[in-house]
Amino acid sequence: MLATRRTTLLGLSALITTSRVKLAMADAPTDQRFVVVLLRGALDGMSAVVPYGDANLASLRPNLIPPAPGQPGGMHDLGGFFGLNPNLAGVYGMYQAGEVLPVHAVAGPYRTRSHFEAQDLLQLGTENTGITSGWLNRVLAEFPTRNRAALVGLSVGIGTPLLLQGPVRVGSYAPQHFATPSPDLYARIQALNANDPLTGPAITEGLRGDAFDASILSDDAASAPGDAPPGGAARGKGGNFPDLASHAGTLLAAAGGPRIAAFQLEGWDTHGNQVNGLKAPLSGLDAGLVALKTSLGPAWKNTMVVVMTEFGRTAAMNGTSGTDHGTATMTLVLGGNVNGGKVAGTWPGLSPSQLFENRDLAPTSDIRSVAKGALAAHLGLPDAALARVFPGSLDAAPLKGLVRAA
Amino acid sequence: MDRINAQAFIRFGLGAGASDRPDSDPRGALKAQLRGPDPGQASGAFDGLPTGLDGMDALKADALARKAFLQAGKPAGQKPASQARAMYVADCHAQMNWAVATNASFRERLVWFYANHFSVSVFQGQTASLVGPFIREAIRPFVNGNFTNMVLAAESHPAMLRYLDNEQSMGPDSMAGLQMRKGLNENLGRECMELHTVGLAAGYTQADVTSMAKILTGWSVATSDGGGTPTGFKYRPALHEPGAQTVMGHSFDGGEQAGIAALVFLSRYPTSYQMLARKLVTHFVADEPAPDDVARVATALTDTCGDLAAAAAAVVDLDLAWRPLSKLKTPQEFLISTLRAAPAADGKPVDYAGITTALGQPFWGAPLPNGWSDQAANWDGGDAILSRVDWAYTYAGRLDNGAAGPQPNQVADNALGALLRPATATAIATAGSRREALTLLFAAPEFQRR
Repeated sequence: MLATRRTTLLGLSALITTSRVKLAMADAPTDQRFVVVLLRGALDGMSAVVPYGDANLASLRPNLIPPAPGQPGGMHDLGGFFGLNPNLAGVYGMYQAGEVLPVHAVAGPYRTRSHFEAQDLLQLGTENTGITSGWLNRVLAEFPTRNRAALVGLSVGIGTPLLLQGPVRVGSYAPQHFATPSPDLYARIQALNANDPLTGPAITEGLRGDAFDASILSDDAASAPGDAPPGGAARGKGGNFPDLASHAGTLLAAAGGPRIAAFQLEGWDTHGNQVNGLKAPLSGLDAGLVALKTSLGPAWKNTMVVVMTEFGRTAAMNGTSGTDHGTATMTLVLGGNVNGGKVAGTWPGLSPSQLFENRDLAPTSDIRSVAKGALAAHLGLPDAALARVFPGSLDAAPLKGLVRAA
Repeated sequence: MDRINAQAFIRFGLGAGASDRPDSDPRGALKAQLRGPDPGQASGAFDGLPTGLDGMDALKADALARKAFLQAGKPAGQKPASQARAMYVADCHAQMNWAVATNASFRERLVWFYANHFSVSVFQGQTASLVGPFIREAIRPFVNGNFTNMVLAAESHPAMLRYLDNEQSMGPDSMAGLQMRKGLNENLGRECMELHTVGLAAGYTQADVTSMAKILTGWSVATSDGGGTPTGFKYRPALHEPGAQTVMGHSFDGGEQAGIAALVFLSRYPTSYQMLARKLVTHFVADEPAPDDVARVATALTDTCGDLAAAAAAVVDLDLAWRPLSKLKTPQEFLISTLRAAPAADGKPVDYAGITTALGQPFWGAPLPNGWSDQAANWDGGDAILSRVDWAYTYAGRLDNGAAGPQPNQVADNALGALLRPATATAIATAGSRREALTLLFAAPEFQRR
């Protein structure tokens, strides 16, 4: 029964041989995975990747600098000028393996210090007000239509980030907490919603995704007797980033699974008591990135992850040992084939005349350059496609050298 | 129930409930809810719940208990008591139970709308015992009053002052700032302009934000021992930046009054009314509101200098509000409307916090200060909708009590009246059990709409 339902809902037999992505995208092998992790609330880039070698840092933010490399609880040294936050030990391990490339002093083309405007612009990837789809959805549009049984895009967690919203439907993965109806009742619910433009596609794709998830995530799915509840094995209980990342990595690794995924994480808006406030979010980010790599297994070598946030924070600490909204920050590029183990970007300096508006870290790289560089190098998107994904971004040339030469 | 009455309860209220009765003048019945004091508070539904000051005292007691616990070496098998957490649970249940029970659910919907406009999360800034009092003290009394009064009550409430980090913000040249070499935290100054009042459309600058943050220095919190007001507010002159500040071209003298004057100015600024009007029409009528509709509601606010009852009445009078239902319910609206259509009769409490978290909208816990989205695109993911279905199936199991429990066709009539589609009625009539019939009703597309 389970196999029948899965076959019907999922078209598994078709899936296994589906590689139209590969066929149509000559430059992008079908097994490439691309993941975006959005940090909503504005991560302080100078706390994640600390420019401890800059002579102005200590006077700007005396309370915010972790102990020096080599000291107890100290930063992980990234080559004598930058240090990785002590809570990012797992990322440091990947850095040492040459799989992490931090890019510093990055900002979007906008100069707003509004979280909400900046988050929208970061995810829309354009200031053209006529465009309402997220840029990662437009990346999906560059893939030819795959067998409808398997959606290329995956939204992880219950809400769909703007980044993935748009005309191309995406799958979603979220933990399961409730009893689940029988396949027959699900089918009747699906029929009842079939003609509805919102709930119809959502339920159909949710069921298809659950069945797929169950087939991938359950160790003994193939031998599960009778009417095992769909999703029961698939959707684990945990909703935190490491759990979600672990499950998402397994789905991304699967043959016929999604290839592009997005996460959004909160907890970065550290206006006060920043050193303590960043511990849990950074540790969670670290554990999640490690879990993603682990669960991807051999597919990690075909995976690129970009961690980005809407803007940075003030260079100086504020009156409450935190930082207020600023401009440039850092972004992380990770993956099995990433040309990492160094810090990319141009460091603008922290003297008063070097700060943006005498306040913020000045931007020297455009976040769209990083994203375009990643899409070009990792997914093989040509210039014309990059221009559709990021309209009006001619000034932001794709950043080169993100992946190791073949 | 006829279509217009059903639409009034679903579009403007929290879903048609067993106690909702059709009215010969549905629009008039909605507007009647805009008169008088908050019905929940008037009925005694919230009697005995904490004030903001009680919430502050509880947080202090919890901190002391935690300290004692640590000093005792974290004795095994013990946990420090949390008064604040208990207050949160009690307040959450009282306010959700009222949302399920009230027959003035348009009025209640406005409470939740404005609580989301001035969003405060219980998960940040030590506010667990303060958000319930915040809604009862700063939101409920004002949803049919003047917007300016709501702004003043919200920005001065300890829930907001903690959540947006203002309690310790100090002027760099204030007495405390000079002594302690500390200074501003501009979080509240920025968000009260961007999110609560004038919005980015006002075109203010970073200098305006910094000035607003300086004006609000000294707006802080206190326990009863520390001299807090009944809501837990305390103005601390030693933290206040001395001297006049300019915000958007207007100068405000120093002192506590400067904050009040600046918030009055911001709350009455034209773009404040435009932003609020847009949010109201987006919330009640359409994800993409018609500009004419926004203009009508903004005019109602401008003409009355911020009368929120006039704004709500203007929304009721919009022709487009009576077109077929198009908005997707948020998870919380879905939960409340299900419970209103078929309240659990077994006397067991509903785990509101656990359910809303699992459905993707943790109770009083929006992740960012702009609150929960009012756009379907944020809520219509596959697993998000399936989670509703799964919860509905779980809850329907609790309701299925044979002939003694609620009957699906009766629940369908309560919930949707003439809006029930024939296909759904057939599915209910031919379902294999009452539980399945109720699940089909709650999972039907017309039940997801408001």
